[in-house]
Amino acid sequence: MNKTKLFLMLPLIGMLSCGKAKTEDKGAESKANAISVTIKGSDTVLPLAQKEAEDLMKADANVSVTVVGGGTGVGLTALIDGTTDIAMASRDMKTEEKLKFSEMKKEIEEVIIAYDALTVIVNPANKVGKLTREQLEKIFTGQITNWKEVGGEDAKIVAYSRESSSGTYEFFKDEVMGKKNYASNILSLPATGAIVQAVGQTKGAIGYIGLAYETKEVKQLSVSYDQGKTFIEPSVASAKDKSYPISRPLFYMFDKTNAAKVKTIVDFALSPEGQKIVSEVGYVPLK
Amino acid sequence: MLSSAATSITVILIVFFLFIEGAGVFTKKPIDDGFLLAVSVDNQVKKIKPSEIKDIYDQKITNWKQLGGKDLPIVLFRAGDITDYYTEEELGKNFEFFPDKINELIAKTPGIIAFFSDKYKAKDFKGRELDIDKIKVSEFLSGEEWFPTAQPIAQMGVKPLIYGTLWVSLGAILLALPIGLAAAIYLSEIAKKRTRSLLKPLIELLAAIPSVVYGFFGLVIIVPLIQSTFDLPVGETGLAGSVVLAIMALPTIITISEDAMRNTPRAMKEASLALGASKWQTIYKIVIPYSASGITAGAILGIGRAIGETMAVLMVTGNAAVIPHTLLEPVRTIPATIAAELGEAPNGGLHYEALFALGCILFIITFGINMLVELVTNRNSHKKH
Repeated sequence: MNKTKLFLMLPLIGMLSCGKAKTEDKGAESKANAISVTIKGSDTVLPLAQKEAEDLMKADANVSVTVVGGGTGVGLTALIDGTTDIAMASRDMKTEEKLKFSEMKKEIEEVIIAYDALTVIVNPANKVGKLTREQLEKIFTGQITNWKEVGGEDAKIVAYSRESSSGTYEFFKDEVMGKKNYASNILSLPATGAIVQAVGQTKGAIGYIGLAYETKEVKQLSVSYDQGKTFIEPSVASAKDKSYPISRPLFYMFDKTNAAKVKTIVDFALSPEGQKIVSEVGYVPLK
Repeated sequence: MLSSAATSITVILIVFFLFIEGAGVFTKKPIDDGFLLAVSVDNQVKKIKPSEIKDIYDQKITNWKQLGGKDLPIVLFRAGDITDYYTEEELGKNFEFFPDKINELIAKTPGIIAFFSDKYKAKDFKGRELDIDKIKVSEFLSGEEWFPTAQPIAQMGVKPLIYGTLWVSLGAILLALPIGLAAAIYLSEIAKKRTRSLLKPLIELLAAIPSVVYGFFGLVIIVPLIQSTFDLPVGETGLAGSVVLAIMALPTIITISEDAMRNTPRAMKEASLALGASKWQTIYKIVIPYSASGITAGAILGIGRAIGETMAVLMVTGNAAVIPHTLLEPVRTIPATIAAELGEAPNGGLHYEALFALGCILFIITFGINMLVELVTNRNSHKKH
């Protein structure tokens, strides 16, 4: 009987605590000079925006920020409809979207808040130091299976990928593999840390990670996007000056007429503090 | 009384929910909602299998001849490629000519296969829309490729996942059962009281370690060990998963079987020893038969943990969705698949429902094992009395 009572109590306690939190929220919103901003869009930018919003709200009690994911397309649609103040984007606007904004007579400001770059990594014992995009595509689609085909030792290639739920998985597929599917014998691991660990201890391994994760246990490869004429070494510098090909800018986009309202958030993202969060979350800062 | 009724109802509701969601996958086509695949009307290929569509878009099939059509190279087209064919002016300021242009393109390119949203399908559509069948139960179970997010056609074959789960669990139980039984016999019959009071809490402590810690331990210690022992190109294998799961299942098996063995009446053991049987003979003629049902219970709970375990397996088995032939190959298990993919699968979508269907399969497997063991124990106990 006692147990039954306990079970009945649990949801009750839950409900009570929820109610309490909500009233607090309302209190914050009703403050006189409070700003409440909604940010919506890319799931790649989401962890960064979330962390920045948390820090900003801790520092300034008058600012209330709501961050919602859903994808770049969702964010831009919301910006067109006016249901969000800032759209997060991991790509440039498409022509179609630009047209929609001009139709609505809205001028959109794009601010690059960080870069996202991927490095291809191998075991430090591997002799291969550079690969072309075509070779990478063939390795990950299973057409090249031995390191000697790309100038290395006679050893089997063990390719590691992220899980299909990861944005990195899609980015690598679109950017490097020409939208072809991964071979089904590619090993997939749930986290970047696990990929570094696995590549570090497996001789014939190859994998890809965010540029910011580089460690000494693995070797980074230079890649070429012009059939082997020039190979670019991955580094924060080459990602910033856009010479490194496997990288993309991350944007905050907002309506110019709305600029005053979102200024606090955009300024914070570009501030040294905000840029520090960029490196913490695993992206490439602007400076 | 009340709480047991509540528990049963909850269990039934969960199973019901699982099967309702899982069955949804068989009412859907493996193509994104609102999208279509179209070819030229002159194209003689009537039917393309989902796996063939994937090969076409991966450029493994590049000529219609390979599918029984004319000798004509296949031209791939996705909606975003339209700018390769027409300028923005031709498409109109607001893309109002988009449907017409796709129409025109399909009409004048006999080798085309086009994937685009049906929003852009013109009223007087001149191409032929490809029929895509709903996913069949048999295809779902016997398909050998698992690409749930592939565009344009998702590949939903769960055979490699089922095989992966069974291989890893079987390996785990083959490793854990002998070791667990030996340890239980030692603890209950042979060990001195002091040794036991020291060892038993230690073994029980194993059960308290979070599974993700086991996973990391496996990735850092067991995986390299297996790689160097068997001289493999890669250490993330089914065997690594089996070893980690065996370690995780050991405390359950040891504790439960040891308790059962210690329940053997003292009188029975003493009678056996008095009749001149050795200690070992007493153990396997008296103690083990008497505690058989307890030992099986321990084994079932061990298997249950092995089959359903997620995190540890996700980290050490490599998760490649290929049908394994030995334990020394990477495998992908059902729980690992659900855990890794459910977070990003859109709610209510095809991928989401396919993961629930995987959950149903897992449920049926564990349910089957439990029934089997129940049957075996019942038969044994009848024989005994």
